[in-house]
Amino acid sequence: MKKLQFSIYRYNPDVDAKPRMQEYTLEVDEKQDMMVLDALIMLKEQDPSLAFRRSCREGVCGSDGLNMNGKNGLACITPVSSLKGKKVVVRPLPGLPVIRDLIVDMEQFYTQYERVKPYLINEDKTPPARERLQSPEERAKLDGLYECILCACCSTSCPSFWWNPDKFVGPAGLLHAYRFLADSRDTATEQRLDDLDDAFSVFRCHGIMNCVSVCPKGLNPTKAIGHIKSMLLSRAV
Amino acid sequence: MVNVASTFGRSGTHDYILLRASALILATYAIFMVCFLVATPNLTFEAWTGLFGNLWMKVYTLLALTAVLVHGWIGIWQVLTDYVKHSFGRGVLQFIVSLALIVYWLTGLFVLWGV
Repeated sequence: MKKLQFSIYRYNPDVDAKPRMQEYTLEVDEKQDMMVLDALIMLKEQDPSLAFRRSCREGVCGSDGLNMNGKNGLACITPVSSLKGKKVVVRPLPGLPVIRDLIVDMEQFYTQYERVKPYLINEDKTPPARERLQSPEERAKLDGLYECILCACCSTSCPSFWWNPDKFVGPAGLLHAYRFLADSRDTATEQRLDDLDDAFSVFRCHGIMNCVSVCPKGLNPTKAIGHIKSMLLSRAV
Repeated sequence: MVNVASTFGRSGTHDYILLRASALILATYAIFMVCFLVATPNLTFEAWTGLFGNLWMKVYTLLALTAVLVHGWIGIWQVLTDYVKHSFGRGVLQFIVSLALIVYWLTGLFVLWGV
């Protein structure tokens, strides 16, 4: 048997005056590896007061975005063995208000997502009888954009989002913004660009690429943001 | 759309272009000055006044000072809007920095005028 050490952020605003880190130990078989979520579920059996979100437990729903040993990721697809150090330090996603323990209030994140109108807008008065067709090339432009599961790992690893969560859309929202700007069926390109053309919404991204390094789906929001900046620039000059 | 009155440009795109264009001017000016200092081992008063006596150098220097004004204004505004959350405090700091940048520009203008 080996002992896995965990240090987990605990905060219950109804009881605690301030947050604290609580130490836990988990005994597992010598050769056994597990995902961080599995470890958290086992620790919750030890201490039922520990609170965290999870749902699909296979990297699809995006519920269990956490900060593990200083890096954001999904607990359900992060093996404990991949985390270096003597113990695993688990904290909630940074920058968002904590509701309890590892659960954060994602309202600011969703408000920014809502701002980019993440749905198809088509002003065509005579819609086609069956469907709006795309060529394979037009459809290929959406690859790497539509796969986002809104886990918030990227936006909460972005300093620009930490400092201005009410003004900067953040990498997740901007990835979705470009997903519709790049869509050949969408006709609201100008209106979408008008809504983003201020000093904060897009341009507060300075391209440090934290979002790229943490995205559990391997997406590249910085590249999408670069495309949006190019679109804004090319219509301005 | 987030509207902010204290920024320099008319839009985010305008700020972005101004920031890069001014950076380009400052980079060429810095490289030019380094080259001049390297190529002039005996840096005398005559060498300086000879350089800054040229009309093109006066224009280039004033252009660089304008680039400092624009680049500093936008850059400091970005830093302050990130880190200073108190609106009045941010306004005061922005005022001081903007004033200093304008003073630099005016000082540069009168110094160049006198060469």
